Amino acid sequence: MNYWAIFKKGLFEQNPIFRLALSLCPALAVTSNVFSALGMGMAVMFVITTNNVVVSIVRRWVNQKVRVPVFITIIATIVTLTQLVLEAFVPVLYKELGIYLALIVVFAIILARAEVFAMKNGVVPSFFDGLGMGAGFALAMLAVGTVREVFGTGAFLGMQVLPVSYDGPLILILAPGAFMVIGLMIGMFNVIGEYQNKQAEEKRKLAQLTMQRGEA
Amino acid sequence: MEYFTLFMGAVIVNNFVLTRFLGLCIFFGVSKSLDASIGMGMAVASILTASSALAWAAYNFVLVPFDLKFLTLPVFVILIAGFVQFLEIVIKRFAPALYNMWGIYLVLIATNCVVLGVPLINVESNFSFIKSVVNAFGSGVGFALAIILMASLREKLQYADVPKSLQGLGIAFIIAGMLALSFLGFSGMIPM
Repeated sequence: MNYWAIFKKGLFEQNPIFRLALSLCPALAVTSNVFSALGMGMAVMFVITTNNVVVSIVRRWVNQKVRVPVFITIIATIVTLTQLVLEAFVPVLYKELGIYLALIVVFAIILARAEVFAMKNGVVPSFFDGLGMGAGFALAMLAVGTVREVFGTGAFLGMQVLPVSYDGPLILILAPGAFMVIGLMIGMFNVIGEYQNKQAEEKRKLAQLTMQRGEA
Repeated sequence: MEYFTLFMGAVIVNNFVLTRFLGLCIFFGVSKSLDASIGMGMAVASILTASSALAWAAYNFVLVPFDLKFLTLPVFVILIAGFVQFLEIVIKRFAPALYNMWGIYLVLIATNCVVLGVPLINVESNFSFIKSVVNAFGSGVGFALAIILMASLREKLQYADVPKSLQGLGIAFIIAGMLALSFLGFSGMIPM
């Protein structure tokens, strides 16, 4: 099995936020600055990878009928661990993320990956699947956070990047801006996806043509 | 008066969907049709109230006395998911008509961020029992209000000429942004 292919599909093709539209709450709630967006992305990446590994290890002993409660318990345990570690070592981030950190438990994407992938695959592919999906999530968070912080306040990670005279629209770091930025980004992803499909189609046609010529 | 302020605050000023971004999966998933949104709004409001009361009891009578606060998250998740499943079975058995109308929404909200988030916020803010229930009910009503407004807007949107790449979810987000903008006007109305 090609691990790179498993890893890569989470980044763009099946990006959790922009393509699958799963786990949207944190994508809006904690992306008003890059620091908390990235922190959240990392936390989710850790939880999803660990959960995939644990599920693929225990899948042989879990009865089909009770698998969802079992998965939820595993996820809740991992999230609690993450919470305790962050509270102890990165209290600033813990405070910033607040309730949204606890709510990683109910992210559809984590349960979905356990159901769809880790339940049917071995430990190593599941690890890469979780890593890829988590990385896709973190990248999307980073993208939204960057747009909102840079254009809303003119800073990146707290450092001024645009001229000090830049007076950004405050709305970008408030609630409505979050919705609008994500809406436009989904639109952008659709445009890119369409373009890629078109190119693939043309390539396929070209290949067909050359094959026909070869036969003639 | 204090309870009224809390209630109104939860409904409009701190609307869970539009200013705190909880329950978005359902908000965008179900708001395609008005009927479904009304059913969903009712289901969320009632489940939220009941599960908040249950979670409050579990926290104050079990978790705090036995010093098990670090287990709050797993306990709440299992408690709420179990409660919703239980409710589903009971309603199916005793009120099939109601089940046919709402049953499908019950399954959807068993593990949802708003249903888990509100009890957690109640516990974090050290609310009394009545305050927790009022806050939960207000949040549920706020959710219902937001999703019904959104569904009405999206039904009208079907007649609009939307750019191809924004059709579906993209335009839904932008509309939600405008809705949030109008709700922003309420902020500061009630000092929290």
